[in-house]
This record gives sequence, C-alpha cells and structure tokens, in this order.
Amino acid sequence: MVGFIVAPFFRKPPENWVTIGKSNEFQIGKTVAVTVTDPSPLPWAGVTAKSGVWLRRVSEDSFIAFSANCTHLGCPVRWLEGADLFMCPCHGGVYYRDGKVAAGPPPLPLFRYDVRVADGEVQMKQAIVPISTTL
Amino acid sequence: MIKIFKTIWKWLDDRLGISVLISPALHIAPQDAKWWYVFGSATLCAFIIQVASGVALAFSYIPSSSQAYETLQFITNVAPFGRFLRGLHYYGASAMVLMIGAHMAQTFLFGAYKFPREMTWTTGICLLAFTLGMGFTGQLLRWDSTAAWSVVVAAEQAGRVPLIGNWLAQIILGGTSIGGATLSRFFAIHVFVLPGIMFAFIGLHLWLVMRHGISEPPVAGKPVDPATYRAEYEELLKKSGKPFWPDLAWRDVVVTTGLVIAIALAAFFVGPPALDRPPDPSILAADPRPDWYLLWYFGLLSLIPERIEGYVMIGFPILIGLCLLFVPIWNHKGERAASRRPWAIASVCLAVIMIGALWWEGQHSPWSPNFEAQPLTEKVVGATTGSVFEGGRLFHDKGCLNCHLIQGNGGRRGPELTYIADKLTRDNLVIRIVNGGTNMPAYGPSLKPGELDALVAFLETRKRPFPTGAQTNNAASSVSATMK
Repeated sequence: MVGFIVAPFFRKPPENWVTIGKSNEFQIGKTVAVTVTDPSPLPWAGVTAKSGVWLRRVSEDSFIAFSANCTHLGCPVRWLEGADLFMCPCHGGVYYRDGKVAAGPPPLPLFRYDVRVADGEVQMKQAIVPISTTL
Repeated sequence: MIKIFKTIWKWLDDRLGISVLISPALHIAPQDAKWWYVFGSATLCAFIIQVASGVALAFSYIPSSSQAYETLQFITNVAPFGRFLRGLHYYGASAMVLMIGAHMAQTFLFGAYKFPREMTWTTGICLLAFTLGMGFTGQLLRWDSTAAWSVVVAAEQAGRVPLIGNWLAQIILGGTSIGGATLSRFFAIHVFVLPGIMFAFIGLHLWLVMRHGISEPPVAGKPVDPATYRAEYEELLKKSGKPFWPDLAWRDVVVTTGLVIAIALAAFFVGPPALDRPPDPSILAADPRPDWYLLWYFGLLSLIPERIEGYVMIGFPILIGLCLLFVPIWNHKGERAASRRPWAIASVCLAVIMIGALWWEGQHSPWSPNFEAQPLTEKVVGATTGSVFEGGRLFHDKGCLNCHLIQGNGGRRGPELTYIADKLTRDNLVIRIVNGGTNMPAYGPSLKPGELDALVAFLETRKRPFPTGAQTNNAASSVSATMK
C-alpha cells in the first residue's frame, strides 16, 4: 500500500525532447511564451499536461528556453516586451532578458531548459518544475 | 400510545445503549462556564457543516485534473443549490478557522491548558494544524489557475527543506510537474486522510474534556496546584455544579444556531469564491494568492529580509507549532487568571495584531507589480507632444508604472514618484534609471538613444504645483540650478 502511494516520487523524470515549433516562427531578439505538452501524460491530466515556457531566440541558431517559474516561490513570471524584463506577480521578483536577477527576492536566475534546433525545429527537454533548493 | 413509545424506547435503549451514549452530555460542569465557553461547540458545529457539505459536493465533484474545473462550473452554475453548497463549504471553513482561533485564545487566556488539561490543549493544537491543512488542500481542490499555481508555490516552499526538499516537492506536485497525479492526491488527503485523523483527534479531545471536566473560570489569587487541584475541582462541582445539558448547553445551542444562520446567509447572498481561469499551467498570466486564512503567512514571507527567508519559511511554522504544543509543559501550574498573567494577554494581543497587520499587507500586497496599470492620461502627463509626452508614454511601456505610483496611477512596489523632481536632481534621476538601485533593475542596457532623456524630462515635471514650505522651495531651486 505504502509502495503504491510513494512509488511515483521515485520515478525518474522523462528526458524526452519535445518539439515546440519551427525555428523560422521565432524572431531573433524576441521572447515569446510557448506551450509544451507532456508527450506521455496520465490519461486524465487534461490541460495540466501543458506547461508554459518563455523562449528567446538569441541568434540564428541559438535559443534559450526559460522556465516560467520564479526561482523565489515558483509563481509564473511575465515577460514585459517594452521593458525587456521578466516580472513576477507574487513578490515582485524581476529578471533581465537573459534570466539574471534584476531585483526582488529571487535567489537564482531563471532556470533554463535544454534546447536544440534539429531539422529546422526547435526542441526542448520536457518541462519540469525546477525546485530552488536554497535556504 | 405513550406506553407503547416508552416500551419501544426502553427496548432500543437496552439494546443500543443510547442513554450511556448521551450521558456525557449530562455531566456536571461548573455553573460559571458561560458565554466564553461556546467556541469549542461552535468549532465542532462548523466541522459538521464541512463534513455534510463536503459529502454533498463529492456527489458531483470529479477529482480529476482534466474534469474537476468543469464539475466545479457545473456545481456553481447549473446544479440546483450548487452555488449555495459551495458557499456553505467555503464559509463553513472560514467559520471553523475563526472559531478554533477564538477557542484557542480563550483557553490560553483562561489558563485552561494547565494541570490536568495539558493533553486537551495539545490535541487542540493538533486540530488547529489539521484545520489549516484542510483549508489549504480545500483551496487546491478549487482546481482553477490559482489552485494549480498555489501547488507550485507550496512545492517550492517545501523544496527549501534541507536534504529532503526535492522529495517533499515531488510529493506535493505528484511528480516533477503539475499533472494528472496532482489533484487526486490532494483530494485523497482532503477528503479521507485529514478528516479521518480529525475525527480521531476530535474524539480524543472530547474524551479528555469529559475525563478532566470543563475548566472552571479562573479566579485571581487561586493558583493551580497539581497536588490539590482535582479534589478542589470535585468539591466545586459538588457544591455548585450543574448538568451540562440543558443548564449550560443552551448557550452553545444559541451560538451554534447563530453560526449556522450566518454561514447560510453568507453562502446565499455573497456566494462562493469565483473560479479563476482553467488550471492550465501554460496560462502564465496568473497571480496565485492563498485564501484569507493563510494570507498573513503570504505577507510574512514577502516582508522578511531575503537572507533569512528560507529559514523563516521552514522554521517559523515549526517554531510556532512547538511553542504552542509545549506551552502546558512549561507552564502547567500557578495562576490562571489573565489579570495575573499579563504576558498571556500581551501574547494574544501581539498575535492578533501581527496576524491582522500581515493579513492587511497580504491583502494589499504592495510588493507586487501592478500589471493592470493603464497608460498615463495626457492630463497626468501634462503634455501632448514633445519629450515630456514621450517620457510619459515610456514610463508606462518600460514597466516603470508597474512599480511606481504617479498621481494615484501605477504600482506601489517602488517609491511614489508623483513629486520626485522635488527630491532628485536630473543627474540623480539619470543615475537611478541607468544603474538601477535597491530593488530596481538597471535600465541602462535596454534603453534606446533618446529614451533616457525623454524619461528624465517627464520625471523632471513631477513636482508640487504650489510649493508651500521653504524646504520644497529649496528642492525646486536645486533642481532648477541643475537643469541650468
């Protein structure tokens, strides 16, 4: 019984590469929200199989995929295009466009997911919620 | 006819032992236990409302990550009495938190946790923790965007625990991210695990109340002495005790009836909390906030210095819990009257003021950027063309208005800038904008040529229209001199 309950916590997170779009769909220098869907969710996951990720195209072949979770307490950061900043609605954490902390309580830069371009498609490792294990 | 009923009653009573079952309600209690003693019954009443309304909700609620939101919409908008039922469950939870808080404060101030009722207090503190746990898990079952992101926040907090943080976070998330397993786990905890434990603890708590008796109101100058207390209490009951039912319990009936009516009225006229957007983690325009009874903790975490935040996040609840649990161990005898225990009054006042102030701050959360800030009007900007006008536009577009207030518009995270030109010179403004400052990003690298000048030109117009004091005149002269 206990094994049934705790078994999921010892399951290794999947390491799938997930396609998030054609590379020519993203403008250089722009940061946009993209939706990543868990390729093998539980059948009843519904919309919770989706994750939001901030994707920045740095150059022709370079992308950065930022976790949308503020490293302070995990709230979803928003990208302010005009200000070139990420801002967190919960406690006011602010990050520069490269994810470094600009102001507020976040202890770490925005978490980055592995991202690659393959056959003209932008792909990233499956989005997990990064836990900022800092005291 | 009456004879037949009496015969049936005697048969049922003999076979089921009903008289024995209800006999605790007839126990003798101190006659002075009056209106201050109703909060325990009120808490139990709220718990019963929660059980009844929760069971009813479970008839339609599907604890599935994909369907819970739709079933909540069905319950709220389509099902007969569904909106009322959700309201009943929400205000019942609120009433339970309030009543258990009042019960705890009364018990503490009356010194009723002292010998021989130490374990009655301890089980009550456990019930307080379980009640807050029910409140939090219940908010998550309101499976909308706020609930989904609140799970993430809870996981991040748990992640700060040394060594086992990641593991705890995975327990809360039901994996490495929100998904199908998240909601069903919280449902099991909210509906089976915590209520089961609470039933056991409520039973134990009531058993201890019966075993040690309802504490008599404290009398100044009559301290508790473990060696003589029980004999004195028995003597008091023999001398002036009255049956709990009906001599004393009528007050509990009045208060619990009033509580039920108040909860029902709130559920009917105010209704349940509105559902946010669907629990889709790809919707990033979310602003998770806890329900009111945990808002003070949200405020606390926002206001404490960042360098000690992690320690407070983990240590504060543990410390408070241990302090409350061990109160009767440290202080199990002596004076019970609050008038002889000024530190007890101070503790309760301090706790109420602290929670109230933090709740207020959490409610207004001035540390959060205002994402709803609208562009400044021409009237506020004071120009329709030129660099001042352009600066006013940039002040919004660059996100400055999210954090700074200008004539009542904008956020409150940073200092108000309505009269900033009275305080800072042009050079100061440039330095602040380019380099940033405490809690402010450096805008230098992201500003295009001309934008800095426009922003500064706009901010230089933010001064008091009619200087009233010498100091303001001096400040204005200083700015003027700098500009020349």
